[in-house]
Amino acid sequence: MIRSDILRDIAPVIRDQLVICNIGLPSQELHMIDDQPTNFYMLGTMGLASSIGLGLALAQEKTVISIDGDGSVLTNFGTLPTIANNVADNFILLIIDNGSYGSTGDQPTYAGRKTSLAAVATACGCETVAECAAEEVKATLEAAIASAKMTVIVAKCESGNIKVPVITKDPVSIRDRFMEAVRG
Amino acid sequence: MSIHTRIVDDLIANDISFVTTVPCKQLAGVIEEVEARPEIAHVPANKEDEGMGLCAGAYMGGKRPAIIMQNTAIGVTINTLVTLTQFYRMPLPMLISYRGELREPVACQAEMAVHTKALLNQLHIPTYHFHKEDDVEELDAILKYTFMCSKPVAILTDATFWGGY
Ligand SMILES: Cc1ncc(C[n+]2csc(CCOP(=O)(O)OP(=O)(O)O)c2C)c(N)n1
Ligand SMILES: [Mg+2]
Repeated sequence: MIRSDILRDIAPVIRDQLVICNIGLPSQELHMIDDQPTNFYMLGTMGLASSIGLGLALAQEKTVISIDGDGSVLTNFGTLPTIANNVADNFILLIIDNGSYGSTGDQPTYAGRKTSLAAVATACGCETVAECAAEEVKATLEAAIASAKMTVIVAKCESGNIKVPVITKDPVSIRDRFMEAVRG
Repeated sequence: MSIHTRIVDDLIANDISFVTTVPCKQLAGVIEEVEARPEIAHVPANKEDEGMGLCAGAYMGGKRPAIIMQNTAIGVTINTLVTLTQFYRMPLPMLISYRGELREPVACQAEMAVHTKALLNQLHIPTYHFHKEDDVEELDAILKYTFMCSKPVAILTDATFWGGY
């Protein structure tokens, strides 16, 4: 399974949740598969999906799921200690770990080699960390939502992309629509 | 009243309830005050671009955020300021220690100081420079301006300003 298969699988689970989605193909794929006002698409700023999600979770009570990538977590590693030390039980960080910078042509990341993101998250102090295979992501995510415990999920999958159009929505409209959904 | 209390009172009076910080020696007192005030959720960040991500999330969650950081962080945050804060049009007051100005003891700090205003200017970020003690009188108006226009706004505070207190 590749990232887009996981997104298709979890679409019914995340459709009513607040989602912060990573830059590049993850956002483009989610936008194509199931565009929702509760989705905040990052059009730039590689690395900050987890930070935006944590800030949002700390600021209000609804469940927040950040859909991140291994490359983006590696570029903003400082996020993991911040998450661990500012516990928001309405926050789930779902790292789709395809072992590559998928959006830029599947260049390998260190997460696909020796570095275990789950072990790093644990070492940073994150208390609930689950690593799972692509087929198990939906069930793992459902369990994390039900648990109401801050959870980091590292979803292992294969590298690969589907053809998908870029997002041409205006950023301020995306943000405004999302904020309305947050309030609603 | 100390200058730190004065500054944080202004933040709270403007309904700022989420503050992220990366320390600077000149900001130690104000960070301590932010941490001490129950009206403010203080979330220290490891890097300033991460902090701006936290602020973007808090803003979308209905809170008014602010970041407290050193001017060297302008070099770290340009991409985030442009592609997140400005692109999605979000307000962000940035209380910045302006290191490398008059009275600076560390030579290396002068290197970013000479680029600080030029970079902020290039980014079209409204910039205010607190140099004299009573420049702080403008803080309240600057905060109101920031949330009125939904832009990142820089408040540079130099050693002469802090030395006045
Ligand atoms: C500062 C910066 N460097 C590089 C890029 C180019 N870039 C965009 S997405 C991406 C890959 C992200 O990889 P990952 O987070 O693993 O997500 P994936 O596409 O694999 O799902 C890169 C390198 C960028 N947008 N910004
Ligand atoms: Mg990846």
